[in-house]
Amino acid sequence: MENYLTLFETYDVPAAFWANIQLTFWAAIWATLLGTLLALFRISPIASLQFVGAAYVNIFRNTPLTIIIAFGVLGLFGQLQVSLTDDFNLNFFRLAILGLSLYHAAFVCEAIRSGVNTVPLGQAEAARAIGLSFLPAARLIILPQAFRGAIAPLGNVLIALIKNSTVAAAGSVAIEASSLMKTMIEFRGDLVIPIFLTFALGFVIIVIPVGLLTTWASRKLAVAR
Amino acid sequence: MSVQQVLFDAPGPKARRNILLGNILGVALIVALVAYVVFLLGGKGQLAAEKWTPFLEGRTWEFFILPGLLNTLKAAAIAVVTSILFGLIFGMSRLSHFLPLRAVAGVIVEFLRAIPVLLMMIFLWLGFGRVDAIDDPAFVAVVVALTLYNGSVIAELIRSGVQGLPKGQREAGMAIGMTPLQSLRSIEVPQALIAMLPALVSQFVVILKDSALGYIIGYSELLQNARRLGVGEGNLLQALLISALIFIVINFALSSVASRLSTLLTFRTKGKAKTTKQDGVVAMDAAST
Repeated sequence: MENYLTLFETYDVPAAFWANIQLTFWAAIWATLLGTLLALFRISPIASLQFVGAAYVNIFRNTPLTIIIAFGVLGLFGQLQVSLTDDFNLNFFRLAILGLSLYHAAFVCEAIRSGVNTVPLGQAEAARAIGLSFLPAARLIILPQAFRGAIAPLGNVLIALIKNSTVAAAGSVAIEASSLMKTMIEFRGDLVIPIFLTFALGFVIIVIPVGLLTTWASRKLAVAR
Repeated sequence: MSVQQVLFDAPGPKARRNILLGNILGVALIVALVAYVVFLLGGKGQLAAEKWTPFLEGRTWEFFILPGLLNTLKAAAIAVVTSILFGLIFGMSRLSHFLPLRAVAGVIVEFLRAIPVLLMMIFLWLGFGRVDAIDDPAFVAVVVALTLYNGSVIAELIRSGVQGLPKGQREAGMAIGMTPLQSLRSIEVPQALIAMLPALVSQFVVILKDSALGYIIGYSELLQNARRLGVGEGNLLQALLISALIFIVINFALSSVASRLSTLLTFRTKGKAKTTKQDGVVAMDAAST
């Protein structure tokens, strides 16, 4: 037991989880913005924008996240010298956020579209009847209800994002949880299972409340019909 | 697709003009984006012929891409079979009438679903590395990690599929003298599997995508081989793009099968065939890596 406790003196486990939370936080914001825009494209009457939305979703949903994140560091940074900041490590961190955002935007788009499907036909007809055109109808009538109907799938995307933030390890982000776990297991071969359980428990503690919260919110905010 | 009809009326002259304008803007946006990417790539010399010609040579495919793809497919195929077995065992355990079994299966399934696959994979890889009997710890770690995670998801699919069946199916089984386990095995689970087949196929896409995580632990799958090729030939960007393209083509085909199945199978079962489940387990797992 004392042996186990020395782990926390040598390694900063909370800092690793904090890195994952930061990755998740920023990626969630960008993915929501991009995903909402893509969902608007996909439900708009304009064929070319529909095509852009559908093509984006099909490409990014079917590519492994590992490739997208590895592409950020090997392709964008290594080959094209794309740099989001001068700080070497922060650059990798931001490229990982970029990869996570691009990937999860496709799922946010599909979640919002499934939310749009929960809005009854009458709502859109009523909006048209009072003279609203596409954008005002979308902004005032459809999207507010769609977001409330999309809370459960959006919550699932958020949970997946929290777990997927560990894949930043493929993008040379060495401070996040799975990388630290790897280092710790390599140096402390006597405590392989306790180390794994510590990290696993950390994710369980983060993921389960988020799941409960979004389930509660989706019930609480469901549009009563 | 019904969405389109929901949101707007048949367009009048003014709306048609606006849509035309929007289309012109949209096409301009696409062209500008493509032009920007081409300009960027060209400026960095990434469009030079010698960066792309290696993909026309037999040895590129023979020594890098095909062996990588084979390793990816091997890990994914084994994981598909073992996940279904794991899912059947744990899904039926969660439906058991024996409380301790139900509780233990529930805790294991929920635990495995809550932790990242990569975390599990790294742990298994380093753990198996200490066992002498295992020759290729990276491969075994990929398969076992994929099995534990996706098997738990499939267990949930089976459980919710059985719970989505009408009560009469089970009652009919009881009425002809079956035990609960017999009715579960020969009446309920087969129908639940058919109802959940589209979601199951979507889960295969997840397994295939997640097998790329093996890259991080040094399993020589498609992405890893593409990187080695790219480093050797000096065309890393192109190699990564080609490997991504291969994944996209296979996954897109699998996704199409899944959506085709959901329309075909509705009459084969008393359950509801659908690609996304009410509580969104599928939506969540589709997003996983």
